[in-house]
Amino acid sequence: MDTYSILRHFADSWGLLAMFVFFVGVILWAFRPGSHKTYSDVAAIPFRYENAPAAADRGTTPPAEQ
Amino acid sequence: MLNYIKLLLLGVVAVFALIAANYARDVAYMVHALIIFLVASGLFLWTLRNTDEPVPARILETSYMDDVIRAGVIATAFWGVVGFAAGTFIAAQLAFPVLNFDWAQGYMNFGRLRPLHTSAVIFAFGGNALICTSFYVVQRTSAARLWGGNLAWWVFWGYQLVIVLAATGYLLGATQSKEYAEPEWLTDWLLTVVWVAYFAVFVGTLVKRREPHIYVANWFYLAFIITVALLHIFNNLSIPVSIWGSKSVQVFSGVQDAMTQWWYGHNAVGFFLTAGFLGMMYYFVPKQAERPVFSYKLSIVHFWALIFIYIWAGPHHLHYTALPDWASTLGMVFSIILWMPSWGGMINGLMTLSGAWDKLRTDPIMRMLVISIGFYGMSTFEGPMMSIRAVNSLSHYTDWTIGHVHSGALGWNGMITFGALYFLTPKLWNRERLYSLGLVSWHFWLATIGIVLYAASMWVTGIMEGLMWREVDANGFLVWSFADTVSAKFPMYVVRALGGGLYIAGAIIMCYNLWMTVTRAPAVEAKSPTANATPAE
Repeated sequence: MDTYSILRHFADSWGLLAMFVFFVGVILWAFRPGSHKTYSDVAAIPFRYENAPAAADRGTTPPAEQ
Repeated sequence: MLNYIKLLLLGVVAVFALIAANYARDVAYMVHALIIFLVASGLFLWTLRNTDEPVPARILETSYMDDVIRAGVIATAFWGVVGFAAGTFIAAQLAFPVLNFDWAQGYMNFGRLRPLHTSAVIFAFGGNALICTSFYVVQRTSAARLWGGNLAWWVFWGYQLVIVLAATGYLLGATQSKEYAEPEWLTDWLLTVVWVAYFAVFVGTLVKRREPHIYVANWFYLAFIITVALLHIFNNLSIPVSIWGSKSVQVFSGVQDAMTQWWYGHNAVGFFLTAGFLGMMYYFVPKQAERPVFSYKLSIVHFWALIFIYIWAGPHHLHYTALPDWASTLGMVFSIILWMPSWGGMINGLMTLSGAWDKLRTDPIMRMLVISIGFYGMSTFEGPMMSIRAVNSLSHYTDWTIGHVHSGALGWNGMITFGALYFLTPKLWNRERLYSLGLVSWHFWLATIGIVLYAASMWVTGIMEGLMWREVDANGFLVWSFADTVSAKFPMYVVRALGGGLYIAGAIIMCYNLWMTVTRAPAVEAKSPTANATPAE
């Protein structure tokens, strides 16, 4: 078979399936149990390091700025 | 040491550019070679003056790199006004053809200025807005300084050089005739180099982030950077006829070339003007509303759905062409599915204000961000509708398309960028507040009325000419000639130019307001008890 046909067969079979499974997997992952707490924490990221980067030794503790 | 390598490179580039200018086969190429020579030799002198100077002690990792963002804010405002002015002028040219001046034929007629306008607003105004806000957002949400030191400056200045080369090329006739990808190979190659540096700075910053999670705005920015790189490279696969001339020949031809072009063209909308600007939405709307995004889960679903679906929508630009029907049907179906992620994102942005809707009354910047999301919803409703083959048979090649694009570009991209500039300027120049909120309100209303005039007149004229073009009499003859539609459109063209005039008036007010913010607005007070001391004697 020529390259076009091989690629096309792959694209409309396994390629399509892989992308679809990945997509559904991502959606399910977003709604996994316990995600609510994680996401309400990360949704606050824009409000943490407004004026300066985190110090190298401080790791991930939220700063007390503002 | 690095400076010596830079000097060597700049010297080689400068000499080569002079040789190229000498052998140039067309004017555009010669002008480009001279511009590159000037830039390279100027940089050479500048680097030479700074070589072996003591390196000033820097506060490297304890502060954000904001100077390049300040430059980006200025560039965004500047190119915005240039692009809007070009657009208003060509709108007037369409209404009053006498504005295609005889003395400027071949340089400033509509055909030459139109790509100048589209590139100036999309790539110069929009691109600078994306680059500077992405640098701002990725630092704040990663809690890390930009990676790569002065590489960010190369991204900024390299991008400005691309803009200048593209713009001069259009005026002098160097174009590969691909809509929104008009620049010829030389400019394309330079943009590729700049874009790789942009990618490196952005990803480098993400890699050294101190927040464990990558905030959703960065996902959108990253999708924008990667996809635009992909689109740009594939749509510009062309072989220069000569290295001494700007002309190049596309590798693809016929319908393959058309499909590649609209795969590029629609994803330029989908990833440049949508994904990138959604990154802005997911940062600036929560910041201005002072509350986190409505639903973070929805934002994740929004992201994956948007990028998985948008990439397929391109073929809807090629209904009733040599493209196989199945391909344009596929594009149409995916365009319609796009309704869902687009409106999911719109709801997510709007609902971020839930509990803070009162801010709309008091905060004109919030109003600007909200109306931009409103226009996002409106144009992502209109777009899928127009992609339906039956609707497209009426709307395609008419001004309806132009109206659709502008309600998206002026409403969504423009307004959210203005909101971001109003947010950024006081922060970046350490001002307490904007110079005048009243002027922001003026800008808001001028721009909004301008968009309404623009979109409404284009709906009317687009549907009118679509209906006129397809009208046949009892014997099957077309009723109207093309020139009939042109003269019937005159009043709407005047209204459109008027709308553009209002829009640019608003943008000029913004520039004044931002300028006065930097020079006149009170600085953020230092923590000193004597801040309000009156001068003695």
